[in-house]
Amino acid sequence: MSKLDSKIPDGSLEQKWTKYKSSVALVNPSNKRNLEIIVVGSGLAGSSAAASLAELGYKVKVFCYQDSARRAHSIAAQGGINAAKNYQNDGDSVYRLFYDTVKGGDYRAREANVYRLAEVSNSIIDQCVAQGVPLAREYGGMLSNRSFGGTQVQRTFYAAGQTGQQLLLGAYSALNRQIGLGTVDMFPRHEMLEVVKIDDKARGIIARDMVTGKLERHFGHAVLLCTGGYGNVFYLSTNAMGCNATAAWKAHKKGAFFGNPCFTQIHPTCIPVSGDHQSKLTLMSESLRNDGRIWVPKKQGDTRKGNEIPEEERDYYLERRYPAFGNLVPRDVASRAAKERCDEGYGVGASKMAVFLDFKAAIERFGKTQAKKLSIENPTPQQLKEFGKQVVEEKYGNLFAMYEQITGENPYEVPMRIYPAVHYTMGGLWVDYNLMTTVQGLYCLGEANFSDHGANRLGASALMQGLADGYFVIPYTIGAYLSKEIAVKPIPTSHEAFDAAEKEVQTRIDKLFAIKGGKSVDHFHKRLGKIMWDKCGMARNEKGLKEAILEIRQLRDEFWKDVRVTGKANEMNPELEKACRVADFLELGELMCMDALNRSESCGGHFRVESQTEEGEAKRDDDKFTYVSVWENKGNNEWDLHKEDLMFDVVHPSQRSYK
Amino acid sequence: MSHGNMNLTLKIWRQNSGKEPGQLVTYPVKDISPDMSFLEMFDVLNEQLVSKNENPIVFDHDCREGICGMCSMVINGRAHGPKTGITTCQLHMRSFKDGDTIVVEPWRAQAFPVIKDLTVDRSAFERIQAKGGFVSVNTGTAQDANCLPIPKDDADASFNAAACIGCGACVATCKNASAMLFVAAKVSQFALLPQGRVEATARVKNMVAQMDAEGFGSCTNTGACEVECPKGISLENIARMNREFLVANCKD
Ligand SMILES: Cc1cc2nc3c(=O)[nH]c(=O)nc-3n(C[C@H](O)[C@H](O)[C@H](O)COP(=O)(O)OP(=O)(O)OC[C@H]3O[C@@H](n4cnc5c(N)ncnc54)[C@H](O)[C@@H]3O)c2cc1C
Ligand code: SF4
Ligand code: FES
Repeated sequence: MSKLDSKIPDGSLEQKWTKYKSSVALVNPSNKRNLEIIVVGSGLAGSSAAASLAELGYKVKVFCYQDSARRAHSIAAQGGINAAKNYQNDGDSVYRLFYDTVKGGDYRAREANVYRLAEVSNSIIDQCVAQGVPLAREYGGMLSNRSFGGTQVQRTFYAAGQTGQQLLLGAYSALNRQIGLGTVDMFPRHEMLEVVKIDDKARGIIARDMVTGKLERHFGHAVLLCTGGYGNVFYLSTNAMGCNATAAWKAHKKGAFFGNPCFTQIHPTCIPVSGDHQSKLTLMSESLRNDGRIWVPKKQGDTRKGNEIPEEERDYYLERRYPAFGNLVPRDVASRAAKERCDEGYGVGASKMAVFLDFKAAIERFGKTQAKKLSIENPTPQQLKEFGKQVVEEKYGNLFAMYEQITGENPYEVPMRIYPAVHYTMGGLWVDYNLMTTVQGLYCLGEANFSDHGANRLGASALMQGLADGYFVIPYTIGAYLSKEIAVKPIPTSHEAFDAAEKEVQTRIDKLFAIKGGKSVDHFHKRLGKIMWDKCGMARNEKGLKEAILEIRQLRDEFWKDVRVTGKANEMNPELEKACRVADFLELGELMCMDALNRSESCGGHFRVESQTEEGEAKRDDDKFTYVSVWENKGNNEWDLHKEDLMFDVVHPSQRSYK
Repeated sequence: MSHGNMNLTLKIWRQNSGKEPGQLVTYPVKDISPDMSFLEMFDVLNEQLVSKNENPIVFDHDCREGICGMCSMVINGRAHGPKTGITTCQLHMRSFKDGDTIVVEPWRAQAFPVIKDLTVDRSAFERIQAKGGFVSVNTGTAQDANCLPIPKDDADASFNAAACIGCGACVATCKNASAMLFVAAKVSQFALLPQGRVEATARVKNMVAQMDAEGFGSCTNTGACEVECPKGISLENIARMNREFLVANCKD
């Protein structure tokens, strides 16, 4: 019998959530007051969950590593958030959003979860607008929508290029209200370093006060991890510098199984690496692909500037390979195609690891329309270019400015250089329909869990999932557990389980300081990142993955012998913070490679070179791999694989085609 | 892909904790590339310090793309450095030249005590927001989003105020260390929308009271904050908040 019970409710897909909500056990208000919940993370998932649970009457504690809850990396999301409102009257529906998400995920997500996500999506928009989130509007006062990759309807709500910021400020305001009311205790500059389990149930955490260095014990009847993604295992990614896997990883080592760790999303349009000093990568919104054309020179090793290469010597390779979708193919397809060209020697820029994203044609096209609009007959080429630039500036001005700021090049004059970068992790802690991990009372929400995006996430769906989990799912599903916990009195943190957990953390920290080695933490992190990127990145194969596993093991040994952590434990010490995180990445990286090795099919963002069609596209193997890979940690960097078989009752898996 | 060839002299504020005095310490850095960001230049310096077994410089940063509001350095006397409209993390070394001396200090304000080196405590901002920076609406009680049409101009103006990243450069820049621009941005964001009107009176009064309690200075309309704000938050917001405040007090 499998150890995995996904607890998917019976009934038809459309009825599952409705029925669940009306039959799930409730906790009465006077009992809620006595129940304490720990929320780790204050991004969209954490803030929305904490605020909603506090509104219901629970006592909530929230932790984040930044100095303010509002700085969680959700703040950086640019593009938008999906919902099935069908305000554009273009045929959208809950079913369509559900279908697109399952298909976009290349049929590796759970139908019931995705359907619920689509169902609650509309309430998210209502809630945000009621909070005063200034989403973009039309002149008539109604909300505006735009389209995003992988769909044929306009269902994306947005706030200029700062959607994540505005949504997070909304959730943060709800959280602030509860802090003001005294129902939430907020712990910024606190990093969770261990889960505390008592009688096989999660009962608290050990957190380090990052200002004083003191280890603290916190009790909770339940613990929610909303700690974001682990893209920083690659060192370079679009994640913030502090994004980490530590909370999830500690939970994993305490019994929470890890789902699909190798499913990583590589975003095609990022600003390329400019040198060894590079510390992070910056995303350029996907929306640029609506008007920009992607190309490389037809000649290998061409060193000319982009604007000096004549039209007939350019290879618009996406338009050539995918005439139907052209520059708008999904993220995974666009990323792989760029890599393929650069690997073949057609890359551009100093590093040769970049392709052009060109607005010349768009500027000409917009120029002509604009001239017509202004009734100018026979406009001069100069005029056309000026008009065109104005339109481009209106649409993409902030992105162009950002590009110029970072690269020092003017993208109105020379084509932008872009390259794919790690952006999002679909994998994460395995959770059941209630969002509970395999540890009783330990939940996981937002990007940190594995649940809704299968092998590839569609644009504008992560914000939706984070807020769905926090505002509309957990407030119900947590009742199923806590209704049975009402008799449990708060456990004093002098309990031996807290002693043991704190000691574990203290020992680890002492050990790190004691090494006094010769190399910095960043040194190891960069080397790990390189192994991961080269061998577990956009294209993976058996040989490379096997090598990577060995290399990571060696690197881990070296880390524990030769890392240098400066300073002391009882002070603000970013080197120590980094060391703790990198120690976990060095274990997670190995598991990601093992998972990628096991899954010898290609699907979504996971491309196994051995499994491709004749045209070089990803080829799934549904007979063998229609399951979630769920890894149980056996200690000493050993794992058992469990499989959650995926049932498709409603949609029928088919091969994706964008030709 | 080697480093570049800029050599610089950095004078950086080092302070072990809020209780101890601090001082400027001089560090030479070599082979800096113009393509590096300012914080990447700090990474290079910190790696050097680690290799010499010295404590690296502690500074706040996270997103490194100008949106989280965490980074906070006063560079050659200017909050977020010499360029306008960007944060410290968005500044690149091509804004400097070989041989430059660069002085880097933390935000300085009574209400933002130094924690360590270039890191300060901005929790005063949090406490101000907990006093009224919200619309009191519980999850699940909202009507359909399009039931309440909002003029585009109002939505855009609210968005512009909401673009504040809470970095505190306005406070660091103001000679009075006033937090007016920040608080005004927060008040305005809600005041401009119908959803925010219901609690407008209480909001402005409570937030201003908390601002005063935190020990921020008073506003004497020098406008320096607007100049250094990386998000272009305009002084109009302060005027709006003053109006809101006046009206709120007239209602008493
Ligand atoms: C540049 C960029 C652009 C994006 N654009 C879009 C978009 O347009 N649309 C879309 O849908 N999605 C987008 N995404 C994805 C989306 O933003 C994220 O997946 C989502 O916001 C994650 O939210 P979260 O609440 O799960 O985690 P986060 O917002 O990352 O929050 C994690 C929280 O956990 C805390 N934390 C982490 N570890 C610990 C620890 N050990 N102890 C204590 N606290 C801890 C952090 O302090 C933080 O508060 C984008 C992502 C990036 C990087
Ligand atoms: S108003 Fe401007 S300077 Fe002040 S905190 Fe907001 S973004 Fe920073
Ligand atoms: S580090 Fe986030 S704004 Fe500078």
